[in-house]
Amino acid sequence: MISPVVKKIEEGKRIDEKEALTLFNDLDLHTLGQLANKIRFQKNPHPIVTYVIDRNINYTNICISGCKFCAYYCGPEKPGGYVLSFEELGKKIEETKALGGTQILLQGGLHPDLPLSFYEDMVRFIKSYNIHLHGFSPPEIIHFSKISALSIKEVLERLIEAGLDSIPGGGAEILVDRVRKKIAPKKATASEWLEVMEAAHRLGLKTTATMMFGHIETIEDRITHLSKLRKLQDKTGGFTAFIPWPFQPGNSAIECESATAFDYLKTLAISRIFLDNFQNLQASWVTQGYKVAQISLFFGANDFGSTMIEENVVAAAGVSHRLSEKDIRRHIRACGFEPRQRLMDYTIVE
Amino acid sequence: MLKEGSQNNFMEMVIERAGLLDIYEKVVSGKRLSKKDGIRLFETNDICALGFMANKVREEKNGQYAYYIYNQHINYSNICTNLCKFCAFGKRAGDDKAYLMSIDEIIEKIKERMDEPIREVHIVGGCHPDLPYSYYIDMLRAIKEVRPDIHIQAFTCVEIAHIAQIGGKSIEKTLEELVEAGLGSIPGGGAEVFSTRIRQKLCPEKLPGNKWIEVAKIAHKMGLKSNATMLYGHIETIEERIDHLLALRQAQDETGGFMCFIPLAFHPKNTELNEIAPTSGIDDIKNIAVARLILDNFPHIKAYWVMLGPKIAQLALSFGADDLDGTVLEEKITHMAGAETSQALSNREIEHLIKSAGRIPVERDTLYNVINVIS
Repeated sequence: MISPVVKKIEEGKRIDEKEALTLFNDLDLHTLGQLANKIRFQKNPHPIVTYVIDRNINYTNICISGCKFCAYYCGPEKPGGYVLSFEELGKKIEETKALGGTQILLQGGLHPDLPLSFYEDMVRFIKSYNIHLHGFSPPEIIHFSKISALSIKEVLERLIEAGLDSIPGGGAEILVDRVRKKIAPKKATASEWLEVMEAAHRLGLKTTATMMFGHIETIEDRITHLSKLRKLQDKTGGFTAFIPWPFQPGNSAIECESATAFDYLKTLAISRIFLDNFQNLQASWVTQGYKVAQISLFFGANDFGSTMIEENVVAAAGVSHRLSEKDIRRHIRACGFEPRQRLMDYTIVE
Repeated sequence: MLKEGSQNNFMEMVIERAGLLDIYEKVVSGKRLSKKDGIRLFETNDICALGFMANKVREEKNGQYAYYIYNQHINYSNICTNLCKFCAFGKRAGDDKAYLMSIDEIIEKIKERMDEPIREVHIVGGCHPDLPYSYYIDMLRAIKEVRPDIHIQAFTCVEIAHIAQIGGKSIEKTLEELVEAGLGSIPGGGAEVFSTRIRQKLCPEKLPGNKWIEVAKIAHKMGLKSNATMLYGHIETIEERIDHLLALRQAQDETGGFMCFIPLAFHPKNTELNEIAPTSGIDDIKNIAVARLILDNFPHIKAYWVMLGPKIAQLALSFGADDLDGTVLEEKITHMAGAETSQALSNREIEHLIKSAGRIPVERDTLYNVINVIS
């Protein structure tokens, strides 16, 4: 017999949180993969897998948040902290453009002293290179709001005015405050994260959403996370993609086994099934390696993410996979898909 | 035909949509798959349908068990007369990177780990032109002397044929004397792809495919168990892969002496074939799944994590594999070809991989006797 939840999914109906739990607990990997794959092709019927050429620039590693899962940050009083000069930024952007890059993913630590004007100037400077700026995850926006005593909306308006194009979905971790209190007590709360995204969407910015799983959260927490994203997406439609990735425990203050490839594929597939209002799901080759990323193209993912000309945060956790654009195209082709370069909003680069 | 009512099963519907229902019907009714079936399975992109079928056979044969062994690897020498094009390990005598371990050095390696509960020492090396026959006999004796309880799985069929030639003895006589010295079973290496075309191009000096099978069959008839491998992902065709599997299936029908089949992903780095791209994750799990479906008379399919990486090896447990090999220390052959895997996984790491894939970790010995079921 086909289980009622499988039948529901087959018929294209939305499943609730309780049914999502059934998927985690009772369904085998092949059935989940198959259901996710079917939805992937309903949403994106062409056998195309997209990727973006961009560079991950971390403007500072100095951060007052001190999240327990992070191997990258440097406390303000500690040695080893840096803030990139505009000259260094400019060099990195030139390099990115020379490699066919279309965007800069700009994120950094929550620096205690830099004023909002610094970020506005940085945005203006980067935009002078005529490149898409995908920058500042919600915890950074919240931080800017605190240091400037402006509202979230005002901060966003000032950054948009300076040239900000879109917002990355980082810092979401798990959108459950019980979990956040333990792993990232000083970071934006779940509702603050969602508030920034909602405000950004209403101001016309597109954003992505992430989930970092496989640490202290429960399966129910993961589902709550997905549910909060789906609800906001119903309201605004501003998310372009969802990117789940497993926590990398190396060099961090959380001791746990890293989430395995099996858990990753299962979570990816369930995300594809549950997030029926998200157009795109990204595979995480940065954390999983290219081989699992290839398999994930049959478990709901339709995008290979970024070439990551530079990646610092995951590398700091001792995980270092490197892929050139040529590699990415080959890995996509090897699975029977056509590789296509895209922009942040998922339009294809012709 | 499928049983009435079972059409309702979702994955069976999926298999039907994938155009693989006839193969699935053979699988569930225990009928043998043909060469054409094998080719169709390799060609499908319905990964979940393929995995579901392979997993069905895997669970029929091995239930929820996923095996591993606590073992130690010794690669006694990389000096080799064959110098196969796909190999980054073999070197000419006199090469800067050539090495040979003396028996004392081998014993030192064994002694270093006397306090660990190692069940198996796994010994593979090159076809050394000058080592005397006695080296191999003495090696086994010496290991057994310091560690009498350990099972020695040593010398691929290629090495056995080489040792026999050096000793001027028949395969039977050589095996008899190796067994007397302590040989417990034979590893599955050196099979590569049996195709004459492939061997002429890549390893003309190596023991031909039919001779490899002959050595394995002689060993089986003497009561020795062995494994079998296939090196995929270089210049072989799908058809050559299937022919390889069918040759193994036929030999197994005759002797029943194979325990395990191990598909080995080709690692091009540092080999003469370094312009070939490494295998895809999809090809890796397809090789596991198709092997599980074609080799209906092999009890076990191994996902060798050293070659596949722990992540793909773990996923393979849902695509037909029931074994992850071992804790493996000091593996040289794959690592010289650029394998980025670490040298060892602890028991705890292996058990975590298995449990997280929803299986039951089972520590085994070389002959697949259960040592410990970890609940």
